Amino acid sequence: MTGSDDFSFDIEGDQLALQGVLTLAHLDSLSNKLNTLPSIKVIDLSNLHRMDTAGAWVVHKLAQENNAEVKGADAGMAHILERISQYDRPLPPEPKALSPLIYVLTGVGKNAVHVWYTALGLINFFGALLISIWHTICHPSRLRTTAIICQMESVGVNALAIVGLMSVLVGVVIAQQGAVQLRQFGAEIYSINLVGRISFRELGVLMTAIMVAGRSGSAFAAQIGSMNLAEEIDAMRIIGVSPMESLVLPRFIASILMMPLLGFYATIAAIVGGGLLCWSVLDIPPTTFITRLREVIPYTDVAVGLIKAPIFGALIAVAGCFQGTQVKGNAEQLGYCTTKAVVHSIFLVIVLDAFFAVFFSEIGWV
Amino acid sequence: MSDSDIIQIEGLKNSFGSQIVHDGVDLNVRKGEILGLVGGSGTGKSVLMRSIIGLQQPTAGSIKVLGHEMVGKDPLNMRMVSRHWGVLFQESALFSTLNITENVKVPLREYYPDLDETLLEQIASYKIAMTDLPEDVGVKFNSELSGGMRKRAGLARALALDPDLLFLDEPTSGLDPVSADAIDALILGLRKMLGLTVFMITHDLDSLYNICDRVAVLADRKVLAVDSVENLTKLDHPWIKRYFNGPRGRAAAESFEARKTGA
Repeated sequence: MTGSDDFSFDIEGDQLALQGVLTLAHLDSLSNKLNTLPSIKVIDLSNLHRMDTAGAWVVHKLAQENNAEVKGADAGMAHILERISQYDRPLPPEPKALSPLIYVLTGVGKNAVHVWYTALGLINFFGALLISIWHTICHPSRLRTTAIICQMESVGVNALAIVGLMSVLVGVVIAQQGAVQLRQFGAEIYSINLVGRISFRELGVLMTAIMVAGRSGSAFAAQIGSMNLAEEIDAMRIIGVSPMESLVLPRFIASILMMPLLGFYATIAAIVGGGLLCWSVLDIPPTTFITRLREVIPYTDVAVGLIKAPIFGALIAVAGCFQGTQVKGNAEQLGYCTTKAVVHSIFLVIVLDAFFAVFFSEIGWV
Repeated sequence: MSDSDIIQIEGLKNSFGSQIVHDGVDLNVRKGEILGLVGGSGTGKSVLMRSIIGLQQPTAGSIKVLGHEMVGKDPLNMRMVSRHWGVLFQESALFSTLNITENVKVPLREYYPDLDETLLEQIASYKIAMTDLPEDVGVKFNSELSGGMRKRAGLARALALDPDLLFLDEPTSGLDPVSADAIDALILGLRKMLGLTVFMITHDLDSLYNICDRVAVLADRKVLAVDSVENLTKLDHPWIKRYFNGPRGRAAAESFEARKTGA
């Protein structure tokens, strides 16, 4: 391994003489030059000090393509060349490119099939969840209280600060926008109706659901998904621990219990925000604000919010846990399924909310 | 101890909180040798390897790899050394979102961005062939491979740059005996071809007998002994005695003797 670290080559007639060191580092520029060579019959390696497998590969390919003879290789190089020729095998054929139309059509078809199977999977998952709920009702001792309380802390208690802050700001924005518009009619006082009723009926619970979907739905999918990747779920099944009972049910119950509490808390926070704005901008004192709220908000408004909340909670938990179980293969899938968990749960929450809005007006809770 | 040694470790100390893993590890790896590292579970074999390749900052001591001091090294200068080594991690650590061919191409692209695409494809293909993997593995992903195939694919990636120094973390664990022998033969073959230096953590007694020139024993927070397996078996240390003279150790020794006389 003496000599400089340079590489060069000479061509005399049909003889190619390589000199110096032929390694991966010299192939950057070399392979293009060598491709444009005239046909050669002999490759002379007697002045080559060193070569690695990549260099040997290039020599081997060159000899093969030109049907040339390799001479002057020392024992080491001859050995490398001989070994490398054993590893030469045809490259697998490139996959055939599809025409754009076929590509789009296959894409649509595949997606349609995928959506169909996801829907079936979700129904299947929900059924399995119902069965495990029934089992737990029959054997209440199997309920994992510690896990439920732990999940309640992460879904509910740990979300208090962010949900509270968000709701206060939403309340402020509604009161402020309402005041600006209603002032044109001299009806600023109706800002109170606006803030109070919309918070109880819609925004308190809806914004909370979106926040919980983002915070906890994604966490459910990621936790269960990474356990799935690490074969932890399989291990549980083999030991005889039902993943439904130990992982999904606690998250499901915790979400159902915490959503109404968080939703009510968010509603009150929004009203406090609205009240502060009314007080500071519209000069409506808090006592007047509260008296007016009690006059204009029917108890059904409170019921509307509190009925929706646990259903949204259930939805978020099911969507999150289901996506977690769908993670297969690699880290990219984990991210993909976590995103899907959030997107699906927010979408379903809003669809269901629209349904509830119509439903409650129909039964006269307006 | 000589300056031409590829890896020189002096007074290495590693600790995690109050738990001391290494206390005064001295070890030299000579050019062109295959050094096996053995030690009980939790003696810090992997930690030692991670310290050498710069993934773990030791508490004290000095580690020189190919003449470069690794302790306190600037990550930016790491490339100078890291293009000369290949590492096979215990779980292979293949990039899960790339297929095997692309995995092998990653180091090639990183250090030699001007290589033309056909040559890159060919290099990846013969590296995969070198590790005895079938051709169709190239387009598969990590999650579609068996444990043994992952090992070999990881080895193919470690070999991508034709390294001078190869680190192997349990290269034959989880492999069937035929594949394990094939990996041993491959490592020997590569050494013969390229004058490779190999640092390998292994518990495979057959590998220790058949391919390791020297074996370092890690116990009691330091390297107890570095010597050929034959000489190690004669040492009077309870753990070493149990390791090499247990039923498995004796079986490996017998099969090694049989091979030697048969050959």
